Amino acid sequence: MNWITEHKIPLGSWMEAFVDWLTFNAAGFFDTISVSLEWLILFIVDIFQWFPPYVPMILTAALAWALHRSIPLVIFVVVALLLILNLGYWQEMLETFVLVLTATTLSVMFGIPIGILAAHKPRIYTYLRPVLDMMQTIPTFVYLIPTLVLFGLGVVPGLISTIIFAIAAPIRLTYLGISKVPENLIEAGKAFGATPMKLLFKVELPAAMPSIMAGITQCIMLSLSMVVIAALVGADGLGKPVIRALNTVNISQGFEAGLAIVLVAIILDRIFKAPGSKEEG
Amino acid sequence: MSAISIRNLDVVFGDNVETSLNLLDQGKTRQEIIDLGGNVVGVHNASIEVAEGEICVLMGLSGSGKSSLLRAVNGLNPISRGNLLVQDGEQMVDIGACDEATLRHMRTRRISMVFQNFALMPWLTVLDNVAFGLEMQGMGKQERRAKAMEKLEMVGLHEWSNKYAHELSGGMQQRVGLARAFAMDSDILLMDEPFSALDPLIRSQLQDELIELQQRLNKTILFVSHDLDEALKIGTNIAIMESAEIIQHGKPEDIVLNPVNAYVEEFVAHTNPLNVLKGRSLMTGAATLERFDDMLVLNRNDNTCISTSDSGQVVSASRQGKPLALHHWQEGQNIDLLQEDTLVMATPDISMRHAIEIRYRTGQPVLLNEDDILVGILSDNDFYHALLGKHFTASAA
Repeated sequence: MNWITEHKIPLGSWMEAFVDWLTFNAAGFFDTISVSLEWLILFIVDIFQWFPPYVPMILTAALAWALHRSIPLVIFVVVALLLILNLGYWQEMLETFVLVLTATTLSVMFGIPIGILAAHKPRIYTYLRPVLDMMQTIPTFVYLIPTLVLFGLGVVPGLISTIIFAIAAPIRLTYLGISKVPENLIEAGKAFGATPMKLLFKVELPAAMPSIMAGITQCIMLSLSMVVIAALVGADGLGKPVIRALNTVNISQGFEAGLAIVLVAIILDRIFKAPGSKEEG
Repeated sequence: MSAISIRNLDVVFGDNVETSLNLLDQGKTRQEIIDLGGNVVGVHNASIEVAEGEICVLMGLSGSGKSSLLRAVNGLNPISRGNLLVQDGEQMVDIGACDEATLRHMRTRRISMVFQNFALMPWLTVLDNVAFGLEMQGMGKQERRAKAMEKLEMVGLHEWSNKYAHELSGGMQQRVGLARAFAMDSDILLMDEPFSALDPLIRSQLQDELIELQQRLNKTILFVSHDLDEALKIGTNIAIMESAEIIQHGKPEDIVLNPVNAYVEEFVAHTNPLNVLKGRSLMTGAATLERFDDMLVLNRNDNTCISTSDSGQVVSASRQGKPLALHHWQEGQNIDLLQEDTLVMATPDISMRHAIEIRYRTGQPVLLNEDDILVGILSDNDFYHALLGKHFTASAA
């Protein structure tokens, strides 16, 4: 057995060499991404901050009303946001919200086309599946290190880690939705002369929409669950006070910041869960 | 010119088509081909012509290849070998050999389809479902909705236009399916067991509606069914399939009277012959009737006789010496108005149902005249034969 322990396979060194090689050769590429994403996020946060707190509050309540027509939900949204404001986490809440919004938008933007492709080419999915499994099972801290090296300290490595963690949801559920479209609907589409594009947009995507929406909701929740970890590498938001509270063993700050995260999570979940359900029509 | 012309068509599913076709040519059965590593054979060597305006019914048990053949006509199933020509204006398009654009043209303009499980889009309203095919044609929203509304009115569902499919009963959903197919204004309609998922009363009602619509619109319809009664009711011609092959193709009456083998005979034995059989195929010929003096004996027991002229016209009838009334009956006349003990004369093309009704009403056999000359009679014995499914053996004897 000694022989085995003496001849360690340098897997870790290989990985490190690969990341080094990337930093050396593609620094410009990663810097560009880093700078532009950071600028985008700060810009959106600035826009939200420019408004007095009641504007986003009213907008959120209006969205909740438009999607669900539920007075209790609207009251809850307003009260929860007022509480966050009162606790003094308004700014952090906005930063977290923008981070989640950006991560979800990017995940959906890439995830849905990948999901569609995987559903149309089952071969691709056989290769994709282990990759997705890996992205969701590798402890987040592990890929936080290379993203930190590649993108530098700040909100961007947090964003990238969040996307790596959350993008699997829209990919999987889009794949599932599209491959579960009933065969007779596909046949009907073809029989009436649909082009492949029309088949996708007029039959497959509408049929898969409930599943895709579930994927987006899941993606939002997964992104939100990353805020504390993103704060470790310097992303602003509700994660920061949690980390600070942890480091100083500050129970009251930890509780308040944690409560704010939970409130944001509930608001997002309730608003985006099965929006625009058909009963309204 | 035929609307659909199918010649020596093979449909093989899978990626091993060449091998499977070779095995097929060696005379292997479907199961043997699968066992030897080949593919599933859907249709083997099918040849059939469907004339314009005809309803051709493909009949068979499940797995007999009828749906596979139907789906080849609009290219949903691959055409492995042979020709499948569909009329497009002045020319015939080979569905197996044409390019994507032509196939799409055929699907949007020439051939539309009705599905067994309706295949309505659950996220669209009834109106937009009917307009679906028109949307595929590239028609604008206003125009296609107006046209879809027209077709919905045709099937009597215009008041349901804003509902979703799942809010409708099965029969109504299939009417939406029909309206969607009719909206395309294509001349050829493929119907894949459209009424099989419906309960019997609704099924019969929709069959009647289809027959009525067909008389108005005169489409060419290829209809798949596993129910011979349905096939006999709506079919101009029937093609019976067994193990991927067409084993008999003919008019409904021919199928019932001359089944080619035990498989078809089995189907026929379970059908209701009343609507299909005609007097001619059931009757006892005039030449075989017993003669007494110059009279023909209809019933020995009560001495019912008829006398005919030298040319064969029925002149008079009598029972035990008393004269019986004679009546010429034509299709459309009310049978309930016939008097008891009238001897009714009808054409040999009378349906068995009408003949039995007349027999029941008058208590007398039915005389069949062709060009005013007696050709045969229908008596109880002939009816019993038909009802017991013995007509084909009887006519062969």
